[in-house]
Amino acid sequence: MSQASIRAEQPTAGEQEAGPVVELRGVSVDFDGPPVLEDISFSVAPGETRVLLGPAGVGKSVLLKLIIGLLRPRKGTIHLFGEEISGLPEEKLFSLRVRAGMVFQESALFDSLTVRDNVAYQLIQERTPDDVIDSRVHEALRFVGLEETFNLYPASLSGGMKRRVAIARALIHEPELILYDSPTGGLDPVTSTTIIELIVKQRDVHSTPSLLVTHRLQDAFTLCNHRFDVEKDHMVPLPDGETNPNTTFLMLDEGRLILDGSLHDLVHTDNKFVREFLE
Amino acid sequence: MATSAIERTSKDIVLAVQEYSLFAWRAMLNLFRPPIYWTDFLMQSDIIGVGSLPIVILSGFFTGGVLALQSASTLSEFGATAVTGRFVSLTMIRELGAVLTGIMVAGRNSSSMASELGSMVVTEQIDAMRALGVDPLRKLVTPRIFASISMLLLLTIVADAFGIVGGAVVTVILNHQNGTQYFNSAYEHLSFSDILQGLVKPLFFGYLLSSIGCFYGMRTTGGTEGVGRSTISAVVTSSVLIIAVDFVITHILLTIFPT
Repeated sequence: MSQASIRAEQPTAGEQEAGPVVELRGVSVDFDGPPVLEDISFSVAPGETRVLLGPAGVGKSVLLKLIIGLLRPRKGTIHLFGEEISGLPEEKLFSLRVRAGMVFQESALFDSLTVRDNVAYQLIQERTPDDVIDSRVHEALRFVGLEETFNLYPASLSGGMKRRVAIARALIHEPELILYDSPTGGLDPVTSTTIIELIVKQRDVHSTPSLLVTHRLQDAFTLCNHRFDVEKDHMVPLPDGETNPNTTFLMLDEGRLILDGSLHDLVHTDNKFVREFLE
Repeated sequence: MATSAIERTSKDIVLAVQEYSLFAWRAMLNLFRPPIYWTDFLMQSDIIGVGSLPIVILSGFFTGGVLALQSASTLSEFGATAVTGRFVSLTMIRELGAVLTGIMVAGRNSSSMASELGSMVVTEQIDAMRALGVDPLRKLVTPRIFASISMLLLLTIVADAFGIVGGAVVTVILNHQNGTQYFNSAYEHLSFSDILQGLVKPLFFGYLLSSIGCFYGMRTTGGTEGVGRSTISAVVTSSVLIIAVDFVITHILLTIFPT
């Protein structure tokens, strides 16, 4: 295992002392009907990657939107970067959202802007000089392996390329938290592996805390069983029996959190639904 | 069953009015609070102002022509065809220039605002913008309102001018009257209150058509079908409200400046 990846796996003393990046306590939400999420409590620590599992339509995307303040809970509290956001007015949330990056399920790229302007969206709003923007966009696109798409429009990209551009857009501002909403949903296995490799790279190289929503178990296991080798510049499997200690799991069923633990907890749970999901 | 349906519909209407009022108020306040996105304002001014110019010129010209045709046949019964110019200019400047331009621009731009913003909502682009720390109300709505108000004012002046020209063409070519007399009559009887009426109305109409277009766009639900519904609602509501508000403004201004 390379020095870089070993360092990345263990949070620093400062990170361990700091409070959680995200903390939800007793969060419930509904949309004028039965509850979508009920009494959800968990946290994301600095340097931690949490994988949120659950079948489609269980409220995983809603949970991500709650964390970044795009939706409001009916009950409970949400702390983002230590600040309680559930009652915060919209205009005060913008400064907190700038510190986080979010990759949407369907990429949500601005279709009237080029890839360059999509990736640089935050920098353009901050009136960063053009030459700095160009250099940082090239760097972000190089990270996701799509430098050649600089001047293209989203309509001319494939689904997998759009997701990678969305990841570049989320990462360009060096976020303190990344939220991935089903980044591999609807993609072929090869492209899915490319996306997961990018997530592992971000986790192991930059130690950015993240919350990844997926219903694909293979993605979750790949995240847990692989590390990014900086020297080889690609993802490699961990030795047999080893897993990434900072990658942990959450599982939702019918709007409730039914599991919060490590890979070991996930595969050894007695919960009937989790066992069926794994099988 | 019927009572509960009426109650539900009433509540929905009250809720929509409340939401629109808050939305329009916030958008209005943003006109005076930084950051103001000037680039977006200029782009929208180009789309709304320059883009609407051909339809405004054509509709103004032919409306003026029709007014001259209709008025001449009636006025000739009283031997008063010499005041055709006065009739056309007063009608265009005080009333039809602003209302017609408002309705034409509502049909063209209120619908495009609703469909553009609606598409952004259903494809999560609005959420993405919020997640990137940018306020969609400031970035997308306020520049559109600001541009609509300022451009509608200018477009109304253009419509008034071409309406009077259209009336002149009909008067001279079809009615075989004197052009100088037409323009003298059109100009001499104009007063400050006439001009004021004509220039106050587009400010309200521009605000109405853009805030309604953006409001329906931003509250779109139900995918592409929902975008279609929002577009229809935006055009219908803004067109009807332009006529209703025109009545109210005219009544108020006539009370202040009695003729």
